[in-house]
Amino acid sequence: METLGFAINNKKYPVEDISANLFVREKVDFLLHLADTNLILAQRNAGWCGHGPILEQDIAITNISLDLLGQARNFYQYAALLLNQLAANAMSNATLNFQESGTGIRQAPSPLEMSGGEVTEFQDSLEKHPAEVTEDTLAYLRTEREFKNLLITELPRGDWAQNILRQFFCSAYQFLLYEQLIKTDDVQLAAIAEKSIKEVTYHLKWTSEWVIRLGDGTSESHQRMLTAFGELWPYTGEFFMPAGYEKKDITAVDTTSLNQPWIDRVTVVFKEATLGPIISSMAGAGFMQSGGKNGIHTEHMGILLAEMQYLQRTYPGANW
Amino acid sequence: MNQGDTYINLTEKEKIWAVLQTVPDPEVPVLSVIDLGIIRDVIITSDAYSPCNGVKIVITPTYSGCPAMDAISFDIRLKLAEHGYKNIAITTLLSPAWTTDWISEAGKKKLKAYGIAPPHTKQIVCDTRLFAEAEAIQCPLCDSYHTKLISRFGSTPCKSLYQCNECQEPFDYFKCH
Repeated sequence: METLGFAINNKKYPVEDISANLFVREKVDFLLHLADTNLILAQRNAGWCGHGPILEQDIAITNISLDLLGQARNFYQYAALLLNQLAANAMSNATLNFQESGTGIRQAPSPLEMSGGEVTEFQDSLEKHPAEVTEDTLAYLRTEREFKNLLITELPRGDWAQNILRQFFCSAYQFLLYEQLIKTDDVQLAAIAEKSIKEVTYHLKWTSEWVIRLGDGTSESHQRMLTAFGELWPYTGEFFMPAGYEKKDITAVDTTSLNQPWIDRVTVVFKEATLGPIISSMAGAGFMQSGGKNGIHTEHMGILLAEMQYLQRTYPGANW
Repeated sequence: MNQGDTYINLTEKEKIWAVLQTVPDPEVPVLSVIDLGIIRDVIITSDAYSPCNGVKIVITPTYSGCPAMDAISFDIRLKLAEHGYKNIAITTLLSPAWTTDWISEAGKKKLKAYGIAPPHTKQIVCDTRLFAEAEAIQCPLCDSYHTKLISRFGSTPCKSLYQCNECQEPFDYFKCH
């Protein structure tokens, strides 16, 4: 009887090896989900640069954008480190395999190929960049289907009310999520969360105040908040629908368990903003969009990436 | 972290700290990187295969997205090279996360003299209560506590914008973090 194990590239691996590899790959997917969510939200907020309602708030929203970009960089750098390690392992295994079997075998996957998604979609980026993965290759050279950001982050920026409400929903979620991530036994992930939550605290406070200011402002601003709510609410369910890689041993948190604390937090602010009725009528109700965590995006995503990645796609390796 | 070191030369270390004291923060040039509290460690490494010792500087970012961090790394490298150091490695450590408590007392005095209100030691402003007025921030120009918050986000990620009700001057507050 055969012993337990998995066969990959004609080589038998003990169970422990492959599960360790899978664990790392799922962790990379989770890190990319966190990084992509921050990057795309940063990109959308950056679109306000020069368009804010007044100078101070223009500066504030772009400051928040910068914080999110910095957090995204930390997640990408960590993901790149793990991907390069995975690729190095795969390479040494492939060499071993070659020596043992003496036959030509499939080459070890490059790190870019291992960053998730469907292999066929990588061919283009692979040929141009066979070398190691960096934060930049992850941000600029992956295709739409490889991005794992939440759908809410890629929606067009809308008016000020819509942008404020999106940032508020996201900050409230990130605050709760990072509070949990600080407790993971993954030291690097916990460190990034510890760093990020200080910044998110400012974002949450600033956006909460703006939700109240607009909701409890003029009839025009109140109406715009209601419209924004209608636009954004169907995208909030995705926060709490775990993707395959959001396993508790990786995230240290049961994603669905953050739902009620999030509703509670949002409700407090909404009540003060005289938007109480709409949140109590909608909480836990309505059809929710999903897919972003697994690379299924809205029609806005391709346009966003075309703009964001244009320079590196057109002039590969361009630097300043 | 120190496992790879074969010896630690204290006087050499002190020299490096003195060099770092001359590296300014690019955004607030009156502060050195030491005043700012972002130098977490200085490690002297020696490599058996290399005749000269290496230097490892451990830094921590003030804010995740602080664009000055790359410039700071570059400046540290340049300044150490000027003083003849080779094999310079600069690594970033995220935890424990930087806090304004790490800005030195001398640094806080320099900030005030430069026209930026230094951070308070208690992180009162960081609570999540809405519209909570920050604790009174002293105007760095006329010393009045009669000031108001204009915006929690200022000219750089680490500052917020205030205005003095007495002398009417707008000023930056190095926000607590």
